[in-house]
Amino acid sequence: MLIRIRPDQIDIPLPSEITPQHVYAERRAFLGKLAAGAALGTGVLGSGNAWAQAPGARKLAAKLNNAYAVMDKPTSYQDATTYNNFYEFGTDKADPARTAGNFKTDPWTVSIEGEVSKPFTLDLEALQKLAPLEERVYRLRCVEGWSMVIPWIGYSLSALIKKAAPTGNAKYIEFVTLADRKQMPGLSDPILQWPYTEGLRMDEANHPLALLTLGMYGEVLPNQNGAPVRVILPWKYGFKSAKSIVKIRFLKEQPKTAWSVYAPQEYGFYSNVNPNVDHPRWSQATERRIGEDGFFARKRKTLMFNGYNDVAGLYSGMDLKRYF
Amino acid sequence: MSLKDLSTTQVRLLRNVLFVLALLPLLRLVAFGFLDKLGANPIEFITRNTGDWALYFLVMTLTVTPLRKLTKWNWLVRLRRMLGLYAFFYVFLHFMIFFWLDHFFDVQEMWADVVKRPFITVGMLTLVLLIPLAATSTNAMVRRLGGKRWQWLHRLMYVIVPLAVLHFWWVKAGKNLLAQPILFACIVGALLLVRLLSQKNRQRLGQLLSKRNAVNVVKE
Repeated sequence: MLIRIRPDQIDIPLPSEITPQHVYAERRAFLGKLAAGAALGTGVLGSGNAWAQAPGARKLAAKLNNAYAVMDKPTSYQDATTYNNFYEFGTDKADPARTAGNFKTDPWTVSIEGEVSKPFTLDLEALQKLAPLEERVYRLRCVEGWSMVIPWIGYSLSALIKKAAPTGNAKYIEFVTLADRKQMPGLSDPILQWPYTEGLRMDEANHPLALLTLGMYGEVLPNQNGAPVRVILPWKYGFKSAKSIVKIRFLKEQPKTAWSVYAPQEYGFYSNVNPNVDHPRWSQATERRIGEDGFFARKRKTLMFNGYNDVAGLYSGMDLKRYF
Repeated sequence: MSLKDLSTTQVRLLRNVLFVLALLPLLRLVAFGFLDKLGANPIEFITRNTGDWALYFLVMTLTVTPLRKLTKWNWLVRLRRMLGLYAFFYVFLHFMIFFWLDHFFDVQEMWADVVKRPFITVGMLTLVLLIPLAATSTNAMVRRLGGKRWQWLHRLMYVIVPLAVLHFWWVKAGKNLLAQPILFACIVGALLLVRLLSQKNRQRLGQLLSKRNAVNVVKE
């Protein structure tokens, strides 16, 4: 199993050691049902555990990949789709759910450019067929100190990189996201430099955990969650996981990224989840799990790399306090 | 009936109405809590909401005197204490949420946060500076201190309210959401400027300048 937290690396017990067996057995059954439902293309879930399904939402069939499914209880669909940071649709976390309703995500193309032998574009259908769709249940840690657990649908970004066939000059990858004033009311605020851009080093982008994401909760991505295509980088703070991507560029130099252009001393290029490196204005040592932790519960400890120690090798020898 | 001179009974009634109105933000939070309407992150919601209301009451308190002078509604000053005490009340609630739900009454841990993070330092300072004002808010304390000294002490508000705005500014700056902080900075700036340019101060300034001129004349 890839995402296991090894006790020799971090002094936190395995989830299975602290969670009563009947509880995680239930969760596994639940996830199994979810996978089965998604695989059948029905998305029908057992009652009680089911999250609200928006009527008319399009199902997206995918097979649960157990190696990439954390045992934490998934966040409710309601919370995951009404508490979003997506500034293009407004700065309040309730804004995107309200203002992204008519966002047009089809037709959509992603153009592949830069250090590739031959630039090309992919439409949604091509993206969906590029590799078998998997369901993965990842923790999501926001830089603001809260977290969720979300069943995403997609495939490793490395599959797309392979298809793009970048040249030997490609050292970085940049995600350019949509900036359409007609559809995105938030763009009238010059809060960030639009379009929102993000980036990774090539070896980070090729890590199997990096997910090119097309759906969640058995459906295509809801508009407010970055439809129709985004990336999910579960070991990094949420803002690294660019939404509504229209361009993927392969570059020689490290690209500029939206938040670190705004405040380089607060938001670094790497932005790996790291409980030992605080944000200048708040601690990153703990987090609040949305919908899960009781009102009067103590905040839970944040794990190094959000618990995804598999990525540690990418950063060996680097001073993570400096390269935050 | 003119709004300029209200009877004692009328002012008392007004004060009772204000007392209830000022409780509504808190009652709303409690109701939202029971109705499960605090959103996905309830603690964040109540932290921000109590902070917002603390700032609103601080600004309202600072508005009383200029508004009284402008309208000649002298009874306004008799609502000021309640506004000030409610400001303290919401600041205190805001702090207690931080102390309780963020730090679980762990004083050491909280103190580390206060020292390390300027925006919390400033927020804490706002609370601490408000304590003597709340403690000397009774008529008996005014008498004990004497009007002049009491007034000097309560001019601390001119420091406290800008500190609260600074705290708000730094909170919002992290996500580059400065529209509201700028608005509050302008309002508070205007309220302080009005005081600085009050007739009394202009007279004082005039005296000071004429004295200096006199000195200069002698030198020449």
